[in-house]
This record gives sequence, C-alpha cells and structure tokens, in this order.
Amino acid sequence: MSYIIDRRLNSKNKSTVNRQRFLRRYKKHIKDAVEDAVNTRSIKEIDQGGNVTIPRRDISEPVFHHGEGGIKNKVFPGNKEFVVGDEFQRPQGGSGGGSGQGKASNQGEGEDEFTFQINQEEFLDFMFDGLELPYLVKKQLNNTTQYETRRAGFTNAGSPDKIHIVRSLKAAHARRIALSGKDRRKIRALKKEISELEPLLPNDEIKKTIHALHKEIESLNKKLKSVPFLDDFDIKYNNLIKVPVPSSKAVMFCIMDVSGSMTQSIKDMAKRFFILLYLFLKRNYKQIEVVFVRHHTHAKEVDEEEFFYSRETGGTIVSSALDLTSEIIEKRYSPSDWNIYVAQASDGDNWDGDSSKCSQVLSNSILNTVQYFAYVEITTGPHQNLWHEYEKLSSAWAECFAMQQIREPADIFPVFRSLFEKKVEGAT
Amino acid sequence: MNKQPISTGSEWTFELIAKYDQEIGRIAAEFGLDTYPNQIEVITSEQMMDAYASIGMPLNYNHWSFGKQFVETHQNYKRGRMGLAYEIVINSNPCISYLMEENTITMQALVIAHACYGHNSFFKGNYLFKTWTDASAIIDYLLFAKSYISQCEERHGVSAVEELLDSCHALMNYGVNRYVRPQPLTTDEEKERQQAREEYIQRHINDLWNTIPKKEEEANPEAVLFPKDPEENILYFIEKNAPLLEPWQREIVRIVRKVAQYFYPQKQTQVMNEGWACFWHYTLLHQLHDEGLVTDGFMMEFLHSHTSVVYQPPFDSPYFNGLNPYTLGYNMMQDIKRICENPTPEDREWFPDIAGTDWKKTLDYAMRNYKDESFILQFLSPHLIRELRLFTIMDDAEKPNLAVTAIHNESGYRQVREDLAAQYNLGNREPNIQVYSVDVRGDRSLTLRHFMHNKQPLSDVSGEVLRHIHRLWGFDIHLESIHTDGTVSVRYHCPEQSPLEESGTLI
Repeated sequence: MSYIIDRRLNSKNKSTVNRQRFLRRYKKHIKDAVEDAVNTRSIKEIDQGGNVTIPRRDISEPVFHHGEGGIKNKVFPGNKEFVVGDEFQRPQGGSGGGSGQGKASNQGEGEDEFTFQINQEEFLDFMFDGLELPYLVKKQLNNTTQYETRRAGFTNAGSPDKIHIVRSLKAAHARRIALSGKDRRKIRALKKEISELEPLLPNDEIKKTIHALHKEIESLNKKLKSVPFLDDFDIKYNNLIKVPVPSSKAVMFCIMDVSGSMTQSIKDMAKRFFILLYLFLKRNYKQIEVVFVRHHTHAKEVDEEEFFYSRETGGTIVSSALDLTSEIIEKRYSPSDWNIYVAQASDGDNWDGDSSKCSQVLSNSILNTVQYFAYVEITTGPHQNLWHEYEKLSSAWAECFAMQQIREPADIFPVFRSLFEKKVEGAT
Repeated sequence: MNKQPISTGSEWTFELIAKYDQEIGRIAAEFGLDTYPNQIEVITSEQMMDAYASIGMPLNYNHWSFGKQFVETHQNYKRGRMGLAYEIVINSNPCISYLMEENTITMQALVIAHACYGHNSFFKGNYLFKTWTDASAIIDYLLFAKSYISQCEERHGVSAVEELLDSCHALMNYGVNRYVRPQPLTTDEEKERQQAREEYIQRHINDLWNTIPKKEEEANPEAVLFPKDPEENILYFIEKNAPLLEPWQREIVRIVRKVAQYFYPQKQTQVMNEGWACFWHYTLLHQLHDEGLVTDGFMMEFLHSHTSVVYQPPFDSPYFNGLNPYTLGYNMMQDIKRICENPTPEDREWFPDIAGTDWKKTLDYAMRNYKDESFILQFLSPHLIRELRLFTIMDDAEKPNLAVTAIHNESGYRQVREDLAAQYNLGNREPNIQVYSVDVRGDRSLTLRHFMHNKQPLSDVSGEVLRHIHRLWGFDIHLESIHTDGTVSVRYHCPEQSPLEESGTLI
C-alpha cells in the first residue's frame, strides 16, 4: 500500500532560516563585497543585488581526515596497458588520473572561491547596516494625523467583544457580597439564637419562638436568592483609546554643485554620493522628504530625475544654493515641525569673496535650524577657500556640522558611512 | 500475454503514478522484496534543493552550514552546472520518496522502482540499518531535535547554540558507535544480575560484611586510568563526561550524535545500496516490459538513463571522478545473478557456495548480511575484475614513483579485490582517533590517540578540530599520532604549547 502526496504547494522556502544564518555568519565578507560593488558600479544599477565571493577556506568546516603522505593503495577502472611493476611519475595535481583524490582535494590545489548571490533587499540591508540620520528628534505636530491605540483601564460601556471576563465576575462577586452581607449576618445571628434555645426543649413557648425564627430565616434566604448572579453594571469592558503620536518628520536637502569646474568624473562621484544618500533615506525613513537643489551661478530646485541626469553647467556661486535652501526652509519646513538635514557636495571651487558669504548664510540662517549639515568636498587638489571657511564653522558648530573629503571613487562609500554612522547617545 | 500498456505519452498524472506503483509493487512482491509501506511525495525543484540542504531529511534543525549547502546547490543549479537528483529516499517507516515534478512518466516509474522498492527493501533488510537505525522513529526524533534546538536558541542565544553545533559537527564522524551493540540480556544473565543486586543489598544491610578489611590494591588510587578502555565515540564520551557542559549542551551533543548514528549505515553501504536499487529497477521494469505493460519507447528512454547512471568512465577520461558506486554495485549484483544461473568453471572454483543456487535467495542473503567492504571481499568475481579492468596503484610517499601493484590477471585478482574492499573500509578512510585518557587528578586534560594506518598522517586542519574539542571539553586537549610500533609520531595540543613546555610533558 502506497500513499501518493502532492507536496508541490507546500512552502518552498524551508531553507530561508539557514540561509539567513549563513549570511549572518559571513557578514563581514558580504559587507566588503557590497562596498566593492558600490564603488565600481554605474549609478543606475547601484542598488541591484550582487555576487558575494568568500574564500573557501573561510567557510570550510574542519574534520579529521588523512593528509598527504603514507602509503595509499587505490583501485582504478579501465586499465589499458599497465602490467604489474610499471612505475610512473606522480601527476601534478588537477588531472583526473593518477593519485588525484578524486574530489575536493584538501591540499589547496585548485581551491576555488565560494560565490553566491544576494538579492537587492539583502544588498541594501548590508549597504546601510548601522547607519542612521543623526540627532533625529520627534517633533509634535499640530495637525498630527497619526494615532496609536493604547489600552487604558476598563469602562462600564463597550462592545461585547471587549468584555473583560475576570473583571466582570470580580465586580459581580463584590456586588453580591455587598448586597447580601447584612442579611447573611442576620441569618447567622438567628441560627445562633436557635441553637441556644434548642437545649431548653421541650417547651411550647420556646418551640414557638424557634418556629418563628425559622420562618424569618426562610424569608431572609429568599431575599438572598433574589440577588442576581450577574448584573448589567457588573460587566466591565477593556478600554482602548487613541493617542496622538509624535512623528519624526524629516527633510533632506541635497545640494550639488554643477558648475564648469566640476569635471565629469567629479560630478559622477557627487551623484554617486547622493544616490547612496537617496537610497538610504528612501529605505530607512518612510516619511522623509527630499529637496534637490542644484547650482552654478544661481541655484534651482529640481526634481530627482533632473538632479541626477541633466547636464547643465556654468560658473560657481555657492551662496546662491544656500540662500535658496534657507528660503525653502523658511517657506515650507518650519524647524519646530521638521528635522532638517542638509548634504552639500562641491569641488571646493567658488567665486572669490563668495565663500565668506556662504559661511555667513550658514551660521546665520541654516545651522541654527538644522539637525545635521554634511559637507563633502570632491577634489584631489589642495583645499580652496570654501573648505577653510567651513573649517572655521565646524569648530563652532561641532555637533551639527561635519565635513569630509572624497579623492577617488573608492572613498565615496567610506565617507558616506562615516558621515551617517550610528552615533552613540550622549556623545557630542 | 496481451495487455494494454499503462501509458503511452510522457506526461505523468497522479493516476498513472498510482497505477505504475501498483504494478511495480506487485512484481516486486512476486520477486520477494520485503518493503516498508511507501509514501511517495511529488515536489518541485526548489523543494528538492531545500531537501538537499537539510541532508535529505524532510525536516532538520537550523544551522548555517545547511544554509551554505543550500546557497551552493542553488547557485550551481541555476548556472546549469549540476542537475538535481531524480529522487531522494528516506530510511523511515513509511518510507518517504521524493519525486521531482519535472520528470517524465518513464522517469517517475524508474524512480518508483529504484527508490520505493529497491532502496526501501534494502533499508528494511540490511543488518546495519536494522542494528543502528529505527526507521519508525527518525522523523519524530528530528521533530524533537528541531524544536529542542530552537528552544535552546531562544533561551541561550543563537550564537551559543551555533558555536556548540559547529564543534559537534566537526566531530560528527566520531559520534558513532561502531562495534558495541546493545544486546538483549539472556535469561541467565538476567538471573546473574539479579543475584548480584541481591548480594549488594544484603551486604549493605548486614553490618558484619563491613567489618571485613579491604584489600590493599583496591585502596590504591594511583592506578586509576580514565576511561578504563579507550573510547572511539568521542561525542559520546564528551556528552557523558565533559566537566563543564550544561545539561542543554549535553542534549544537543546527543542530538548530533544520534543523527550521525542514523547516517552511519548509509556511509558504509553506498555501493551495495545503489547497486541493489539499480539491479531492481532494471529487473522490475524489464518484467513490466515482458508483461506488455510498457511500450518499447518507454524502455528506450529508461535504458538511456539507466546506462548513463551506471556508466564508468575509465581512469584517464576527463570525466573520471573515482569509481562509480552505481556501476560497481549494479555490476556486482548482476554478476552474482549470472554466477547463480550460468556459472563457468572459474566461478565454480571461486564461488562454490553460490554457483548454481537460486539467485533470488543468494542476492537476498547478500543484501541482508554484508556492508560494502565485506560484500566486495566476498562477491567481487574475477569475471567482473576483468570486465571493469581494475588495477591497483600504490602511492608511497617515500618513493619517487607510483607503482602498479596488481592488475586483472590470475595473480592479481585477490590483491585487487582486497585493495578495493579496503578502499571501502570506513576504518581506513577515516583516521582512527580514540579518547585515550583524562588526567582526572591533575589538570583534567584530555588525551586523544590517533592510531596511524599505512603511515598516513593527519591533515593540517586537525589543529582546528582540536579547538572544537577544546570548546566542548573545556580543558587542555592533546592528540598523539601513534605508529604501529607504539612510538609517537606527532603531538598536537590545544591550546598550543611552546616546544619547551612540550619536552617537559613527555609521558
């Protein structure tokens, strides 16, 4: 007797847990691979999944087995011309014949690497592992729309599905005790009286009294019985209330220099940086708004598509972008409601005399409103006046101002990570 | 006979599978195959890969190494570097076989004959499986193991459990009992034990006994050697004796040990098991054809996959990957049948016991009472050695060249047969390492001994394995490789010792 079962509809991802365990164990390798990929890929496919390669010796599970050496007798099939006593040299690894161990030699020869794929989700997980927006503060909004349901004790009214049985029965019990206590006490007293009188029997007078007492007890018992077991007002309901939740709304300003001094490769690096930032925000913060600002001699607010892919160019006045930013903040993003972040990328080249204006705009109208301002300078040459101006700022606004330099594409991811690393609470 | 074939197309349906199973089962019973009931499960290729990853079992505890296995299988399969097996069969009662949905009806019939009747009857009949595995309990045990280990993970953390499992897996090959088997007590023994117990109780009741002075040697503590006899089941020894393990850790060691023991017979009967299954799918399907139940086209497709399964590339072919156990096993089974039916004078000389006997009985006897090593030693015939053109090469590390020591000729048959049998002896393939002693009164260090076979040293990852043993045992570990003459060849230590220290601890 055989049973034939169709299992095809059963879940097929039985190995998911094991796979995750495997990824967890080789986190470091995978992170390296991800970083590598981020640095070398084109902008469009930066967030795809990818191959991860781990040297085989790192994932091997050691067991006792025989090593090279000693005497080994091995039987092979397909003899053609050998006779007993033939001798020949040891083949040098690899070839199937001779003394090759058949499969998976442990001796390092031809040891390949273990390569596997991770999907986009996992890729991004590893890419942004341990990063966060610094100093994100929950701000209460006036027109808050988010509510959270919380339990808040018990009420006497509600729908049947919220009845709290234990509470209800407790209340009923208490009520029964309260309503019947007096009568019970009376009954006990009467019974005691009867038992005191009984030894005096037989006596007609006393017999009558006892009879009367019994009557009284009976009527009291009747009264007790009429107390209901469960009454309407015993029933208690779980009370659920809605509480407005403070939300952490945030806005990120991406400011990019597209002036003529920015060569194609520098622009490319800047775009890479912002792509990372954009992916990171999109993934980790559901309610974030991103404002793209692009500037050469004057600044313009653009959309995502234009920001990353258009090719406009001109001279450089950095302060124009900062002016526009502070204007937008004033108009649309009140600091009391919003967490404001700014990331600026430039090659450090600026119109003479404009740099001091930049630092003025920053310290007067931007830095006091934002949570965090990150400046990335992409250049291989010496720093110019914008960097030096900013350096002055960075000491004055240490907790909300950070600046880093990117020299080559390989720096992008490390710099990005260092700017948005999780900061330990309390450390400023 | 003039019957309609069961099917003519190549698509399978559940009705057709049921019909084939019924017919094949009937023929198998006629041939005298004794099987567990079958549970045939149709699965997809993804599910097959899941099954691969959990060492073929329908369920297993979670561990990263299974994830690694899965990732690797998945990757290779996706790139077309490997095909998946047509089936997986599990030694359980009922016997569970997985059929892939991609197979044609011919392949499904082949798999049913191969797994559901071939392997199944081998699991039920072979003495190793009978002795070491309990087919009806394994699924329940794995269920227990899975939930126990996930509870441990909740309670003690995933990392702690993972480390422990890593260490246990490193010793999995040394977590099996090889020779001791729990034998039921005879009535005499039972009586003897009872008397001993009574006497013991008596002695404790009767104070007079306590006044008898003890013998001197008994009181001497110096002579203690622990364990009294060397222990080959290292995991068992650790489970019972490791000083620092928590109860839950001991239970996990036990789980790994039980799983290892369950798979132990499979490692030792690969040639026989596959040979038996191939022999029977060949025989059963031919019988189907003889009865007119399958078409000629069916047989052509079947023979095509059958021949590719039992193909043996010669040693110098680029496809050569060791001796194919399917080829060897299948040919040996067919050869035994030939010896029984049409013995040559040579066969009569070599196999006087079986030449001319009933082949069904002889094969059945062989299947029940042998494992690969003894099966080859007993049944590999000169005829087959000639056919496969087997020859032995000796690789002696001390000599500059490899040497051919035996070929398929009169003087070589026995030699080749012995060498081939030795190749399947698990005792030769895996280093023989045993627990030798524990320094009970000193630093509690554990000493293992490796008894060298053919002067073969241990591989260089042994140090890492020692670290795993160290994690389980909790105190120093020493490992000595011993030559056959009793001298120590190499010493390994964990934690590692400086050479100076080492010279001071000579035993």
